[in-house]
Amino acid sequence: MLKDITLGQYFPGHTLAHRLDPRTKLLAVVLYIVALFCAKGVVTYAIVMAALATCILVSRVKLRALTRGLKAVYVIVIFTAVMNMFFTGGTPVADVWLLRHITFEGLRTAVFMVLRIIMLIMGTFLLTYTTSPIALTDGLENALSPLKKLHVPVHELAMMMSIALRFIPTLIEETDKIMSAQKARGADFESGSIFKRAKALVPILVPLFISAFRRADELATAMECRCYHGGDGRTALHVLHYKAADYLVMIGFVVLTVGVIVLARMGF
Amino acid sequence: MATMIETKDLTFTYPAEEGREEMPALRNVNLSVEKGSFVVVLGHNGSGKSTLAKHMNAVLLPTGGALYVEGMDTADEAVLLEIRRRVGMVFQNPDNQIVANVVEEDVAFAPENLGIPSDEIRRRVDDALAAVGMENFTRHAPHLLSGGQKQRIAIAGVIAMEPECIVLDEATAMLDPVGRREVLASAHRLNRERGITVVLITHHMPEAVNADRVVVMNDGYLVMDGTPREIFARVGELRAIGLAAPDTVELMDHLNKSGWDLPLEAITVEECADAIYNALAAEEK
Ligand SMILES: Nc1ncnc2c1ncn2[C@@H]1O[C@H](COP(=O)(O)OP(=O)(O)OP(=O)(O)O)[C@@H](O)[C@H]1O
Ligand SMILES: [Mg+2]
Repeated sequence: MLKDITLGQYFPGHTLAHRLDPRTKLLAVVLYIVALFCAKGVVTYAIVMAALATCILVSRVKLRALTRGLKAVYVIVIFTAVMNMFFTGGTPVADVWLLRHITFEGLRTAVFMVLRIIMLIMGTFLLTYTTSPIALTDGLENALSPLKKLHVPVHELAMMMSIALRFIPTLIEETDKIMSAQKARGADFESGSIFKRAKALVPILVPLFISAFRRADELATAMECRCYHGGDGRTALHVLHYKAADYLVMIGFVVLTVGVIVLARMGF
Repeated sequence: MATMIETKDLTFTYPAEEGREEMPALRNVNLSVEKGSFVVVLGHNGSGKSTLAKHMNAVLLPTGGALYVEGMDTADEAVLLEIRRRVGMVFQNPDNQIVANVVEEDVAFAPENLGIPSDEIRRRVDDALAAVGMENFTRHAPHLLSGGQKQRIAIAGVIAMEPECIVLDEATAMLDPVGRREVLASAHRLNRERGITVVLITHHMPEAVNADRVVVMNDGYLVMDGTPREIFARVGELRAIGLAAPDTVELMDHLNKSGWDLPLEAITVEECADAIYNALAAEEK
């Protein structure tokens, strides 16, 4: 069950999508999301979808890995679809029983909404699949560094994020261990009502939290011992710099987003 | 010889919990560690070994007395980073001291904090990983490595600061025998080949056999200080403070109790075997 968590998972590779500067990819994802939310009709959706498909092909990430990420949200997807189908005004599909409440317009919005959610998730997952968490946090810190002038703790946030990502596998492993230990003592996590199952989680969460705090304490000491004293004067092993490909990709995504917005305005 | 670390009546008391009496964790410790030496610190649980170690790079500051790192007072805020750079610290749990999720990024953490230029960081990372024999794992994810490998990465992360001294606080305690040997061999190699001073804190007696010097702590006091041979010959005293000498010494001590006369200075397995062989040969005559 814990193996399904794909958050922050990275599939190493050497494709163009992997080699791009993380800041380029972040900008591309932002532009892509803007385009996705501006898309209105079949044409604009098709364009955004084509862009996504190109990125998936270039990155050589397996489609299965991307759809696995969708598992976590299928409830939301179905819910959105059903809500849209029933609660959009317009012409009913047919004049019988339930179908009376489903409108053509509703079906159309439902399809578009589901597509939008799926494409949103696939796009962002593609980013985390092709960018190592370190590169991602470096990119975020670098891209957001102008905010430091407004006293936003950009370095601290980026450091917190990278440490969180570093500890996800460790904590998952630990959770598995605690669960096995509790199962060996007769704990039952799989049956009973939802309340019973939630209650069964308490003996897992308590030791997990205690251990997480202990780890945090030890890690803080270890970081101090290695001369960590905040972001001031820090240098980096890998210095970020844009290459020709980065500029091309950025231009590509700007064109995509502007194009989609213009077309959507024109009613496509 | 120059001194690396020197303590003067070092005393330290943790702030007590409410309703509890304050108990000093270190009491008037006077110790001086020579540059380039390999010192092992022994002592039972709660004897103050970790507390002493944490003073060596100013993670804890003395509540009484003082500690000097190459003449610099650890209480002096202005030299804090310089002290931490010179004295690297490796802890027991490798999982809780690895910061990044790529090996080379983790090793680069300390030089990055020190503001060293990128190409110099690159050189140091490669050098540090080679020093612990992990040069083939540069791009690996630390959580997929064995305990011994993780701990060697942690050592590399300290080596990258180019320290004069490394303190290993029970760095082998969570490892299997193979991992323990790897880490110990790395520590000895760094000491031999680079002249780095090593302070090794351990529960595991055989690790003390090859040290230049052994220091024994008990209830916050420094109770014994000498070469491994001198210390282990005092089997009775060690036992009284809850420590066992290495198996070889324990064996000879037992034999001596039943009327043999074996030298307790024979601490390695070979020396012990020779001593028993010689004693048997003398018996024959
Ligand atoms: N953070 C703390 N707060 C209060 N008391 C502490 C703290 N850490 C250690 N002590 C106490 O200080 C004393 C010395 O502890 P220390 O950790 O130095 O021992 P140690 O020799 O390293 O033991 P071990 O072999 O278990 O690691 C112990 O009595 C311990 O209870
Ligand atoms: Mg300790």
